[in-house]
Amino acid sequence: MTIDLIKREYRTISSISGPLIFVEKLSGGSLGEMCVVELADGEKRTGQILQLMGTTAIVQVLQGTSGIDSDASSVLPTGETARIGVSKELFGRVLNGFGEPIDGLPPIIPDEYLDINGLPMNPAAREKPDFFVQTGISAIDGLNTLVRGQKLPIFSGAGLPAKELALQIVRQAKVSEAADFAVILGAMGITSREGFFFRKSLQEAGALERTIAFINEVSDPTIERLFTPRIALTVAEYLAFEHGYHVMVVLTDMTSYCESLREIGSAREEIPGRRSYPGYMYTDLATLYERAGRLKGKKGSVTLMPILTMPDDDITHPIPDLTGYITEGQIVLSRALHRKGIYPPVDVLPCLSRLMGLGIGEGKTRDGHRTISDQLYSAYARGMDVRRLVTIVGEEGLSDLDRKYLAFADEFERKFVGQGEADRSIDETLDLGLELLKSVPEREAVRRK
Amino acid sequence: MKETRGKIYGVAGPTVLVKGMAGPVMNTVCLVGKQGLLGEIIRIKGELVTLQVYEDTSGISVGEEVISYGIPLSVTLGPGLLTGIFDGIQRPLEKIRQAAGGFITRGIKFEALDIDRLWEFTPLKKKGDFVEPGDIIGTVQETERIVHKIMVPPGQSGTITEIKTGKVSGAEYVCMLEKGKFIGLFQEWPVRKPRPFAAKLPPSTPFITGQRVFDTLLPVAEGGTAIVPGGFGTGKTVVEQSIAKFSRSDIVVYVGCGERGNEMSEILSDFPALKDPTSGLPLSLRTVIVVNTSNMPVAAREASIFTGITIAEYFRDMGYSVAMLADSISRWAEALREISSRLEEMPGEEGFPPYLATQLGIFYERSGKVRCLGTDNRTGSVTVISAVSPPGGDFSEPVTQASLRFAGSLWALDPDLAYRRHFPAVNWLASFSLYQAELNDWFVSEVAEDMVKLRGRLYSLLRRQTELRDIIQIIGVEALQEADRLTLEVANLATEAFLKQSAFSEVDAFNTYEKQYGILKSIFTFMESAEAALKRGVYIETILENPIRGRITRMKEFPNEGFSKKAEEMMRDIENEFTMLEEK
Ligand SMILES: Nc1ncnc2c1ncn2[C@@H]1O[C@H](COP(=O)(O)OP(=O)(O)OP(=O)(O)O)[C@@H](O)[C@H]1O
Ligand SMILES: [Mg+2]
Repeated sequence: MTIDLIKREYRTISSISGPLIFVEKLSGGSLGEMCVVELADGEKRTGQILQLMGTTAIVQVLQGTSGIDSDASSVLPTGETARIGVSKELFGRVLNGFGEPIDGLPPIIPDEYLDINGLPMNPAAREKPDFFVQTGISAIDGLNTLVRGQKLPIFSGAGLPAKELALQIVRQAKVSEAADFAVILGAMGITSREGFFFRKSLQEAGALERTIAFINEVSDPTIERLFTPRIALTVAEYLAFEHGYHVMVVLTDMTSYCESLREIGSAREEIPGRRSYPGYMYTDLATLYERAGRLKGKKGSVTLMPILTMPDDDITHPIPDLTGYITEGQIVLSRALHRKGIYPPVDVLPCLSRLMGLGIGEGKTRDGHRTISDQLYSAYARGMDVRRLVTIVGEEGLSDLDRKYLAFADEFERKFVGQGEADRSIDETLDLGLELLKSVPEREAVRRK
Repeated sequence: MKETRGKIYGVAGPTVLVKGMAGPVMNTVCLVGKQGLLGEIIRIKGELVTLQVYEDTSGISVGEEVISYGIPLSVTLGPGLLTGIFDGIQRPLEKIRQAAGGFITRGIKFEALDIDRLWEFTPLKKKGDFVEPGDIIGTVQETERIVHKIMVPPGQSGTITEIKTGKVSGAEYVCMLEKGKFIGLFQEWPVRKPRPFAAKLPPSTPFITGQRVFDTLLPVAEGGTAIVPGGFGTGKTVVEQSIAKFSRSDIVVYVGCGERGNEMSEILSDFPALKDPTSGLPLSLRTVIVVNTSNMPVAAREASIFTGITIAEYFRDMGYSVAMLADSISRWAEALREISSRLEEMPGEEGFPPYLATQLGIFYERSGKVRCLGTDNRTGSVTVISAVSPPGGDFSEPVTQASLRFAGSLWALDPDLAYRRHFPAVNWLASFSLYQAELNDWFVSEVAEDMVKLRGRLYSLLRRQTELRDIIQIIGVEALQEADRLTLEVANLATEAFLKQSAFSEVDAFNTYEKQYGILKSIFTFMESAEAALKRGVYIETILENPIRGRITRMKEFPNEGFSKKAEEMMRDIENEFTMLEEK
């Protein structure tokens, strides 16, 4: 992102609160306008006007306000909204959370500058997503199928291998997708170890030249995180709808993003919503997630896979809760399975892909896919019930049938879910499912044809 | 209409503060700033006027001009609504797409309805007739499915001095009354003002959804309200969409309020191809879509449900039965909260404004079965079915609680059922219908004499299932008495064969009452025969191994047509099978 040169300068900072500064006697500023904040020692920071009241402007400072003083620092509105310069030269590059190169290479020469907030997609212009993406992961392909243009998050817990799973999906989806596949990584508040891991894995997968990474690390400015996903998605829309790419956007960790949102909210002394996150967090997240999709008459697509960490593994926490209310399903990871050494530890019962119906069946995956998936669900749910029962009444209280379901649940977790690094075709996945279902009695599996 | 101007003093999120307006009027609309964005006056405090702006406010500067013409936020009502797709303030999204492509650019404006399109008008009144509000002066065949009735707008009356026939556009008058008053094809109506009717009528007929669990166990009356609360992914949207597809209503107004764009793209691409079960014509011909997805401006989201219900009332006034589907009312409430917090109002529970319940009540009360205005005594209805999205799936939150006060039926969705793919994931224990008693007569006379009785038996069976499941949790299935095991298995059969209904199955997605009754009756025939057999000394295993149970479960795969014959055959087979079962 570049910021153009400036004419107006205000040395009228009246107060400073958290990441916000209040600037007086500012005239002509507009909502969302970017500013340069210049410190006494000549250091330049980036600010954005969040609110205007008379001649007072509230400006959020991306790099934080530490070191800013109200006498010697000045604010210079640029007349520009937040924009990112885009071009296909971005492929293979690593940039910071604000879109500036951090790979030691010179800045790109943009074809155009785009507003990072984008515009809402017209619902009447959306093309229905219906193209199956083979991720090679049975728990996803078989039970919670991903389609192009979908937004499907991974709900993880601290220490669970969500990033590994996301990378495996990117790696394997790349193989089955066509040559016009692109990956955009928007990382917020990740550790340098994770950052390193991402880059290395993408490189090993030979996907680096198809990848653009925006990385904001833990030590980077927190307010910058509010810009990172917007920049990533703006570039994704550009590649998808101007150049016909099928773009997979991985955003991680949305929990860090939401924490930055909360920080701004409390600095503005807003009335907080649940667990002190802002009341508008649903809308704010929606303006990110809803940017996934396809457009009528356009070749490309934006598929979005946000990763978030559920605080305390609590799926009712506002971050996973609001996400689940916006996205088209969710892949949930389980600590219990992880402890059992099952990878990927996908907790299939609470998982869902709402667009599955559009991407499966004859000509897409295979006839009878839905039936297999429904039966696996029902048998596994029953097996889990029995497992719970065993802890109360012991194995003795079980009927023979119950025992079969119990055994099924174990096998299912071990073989179907716990595939490890394997890359399975959809046929392998469905055949395995059918194979496992043989152990549960025909007359019980009522939905079997 | 008086014009007044002011200057922008402040901008915060979707609200704009204005100074210097002379005589501003509450709830009237304004054009805001250089781009002429649409806004509505929502507070007047001394010289400061607050607007909620229906488009994204970024880029707005202090000092830009605001103009008000003193008109309340209104919708245009007339031919061309059906098959249409509009945003929360009735901007036509298809036209916007044609003009602007994939994304909605700011400040883009189009008339809601195509004013130049010609409609074939057939007069029903003639020169010299005296007409009053609500009288139908003529009709237009709006779609192959629906006749659009051109009514005398509320507040107008007089003797007809001229009435046209044949091709007319929305720009002209179709009928002239004395003193130069004229009536056109289009009329404007303020969205926040309920449209008038002659009288409200008590509920007496069910609103047929085609979903077994609703129609049989938890019916909603025509003109009633049902709310569908449930955590994410529990099936609210599928319920709303199934009703939009299959319900026996004349008109469907579908309001996508703060939800997903892809869901709307599904409706838009499917509805023109799907046939409505009553007429066999494409569903889109009876449907109006209002959609303000979660990423579209919140103030327009707030307006969307009022836009929707006003359109619904308008078709009601023609004498139609209208389904108004709102997905989700919680997103509307959140929009209200967001705007209220920008106004720095004193918040009530969970940050919602204290007037949340009042506002919700005003909305729900616009449902109802009515005798319409007009001298022909026609009746019409608006049935409201709204999804509620409680945070964390916790029903104790304010929007669910406030909605409960106005709901006649509660269809509570349960994540546990959804996880095991039991759909519709209705937790019948937590749900209710207040219309049952009022509809009993209808059930007895229109469905079957024992329909009400069977429903009662189903209820007790399901209650017993819960008790038995609790017992099993302590002692295990093996320790259960044989009679109880049988009851449990019959309850499980009822769950599989009756309560579960896949929205994706072509034959089963919609059930007539004939089919619902047929399945229910077969289940209880099975129960009676099985109990008799058990008493007679047949092994429970023998009963349960009999394939007839599987056949009952698969009854839902039979089409609606001729179902009662199928059911009779089934019941005969059940009885035959059981008389043949051998005793121990
Ligand atoms: N009647 C049904 N038959 C089959 N599947 C269903 C049915 N109802 C729901 N489902 C399944 O559940 C999924 C989620 O349903 P839906 O999108 O309606 O949830 P929701 O309650 O609207 O969630 P949200 O609040 O997040 O919008 C569907 O995509 C579908 O797979
Ligand atoms: Mg929904």
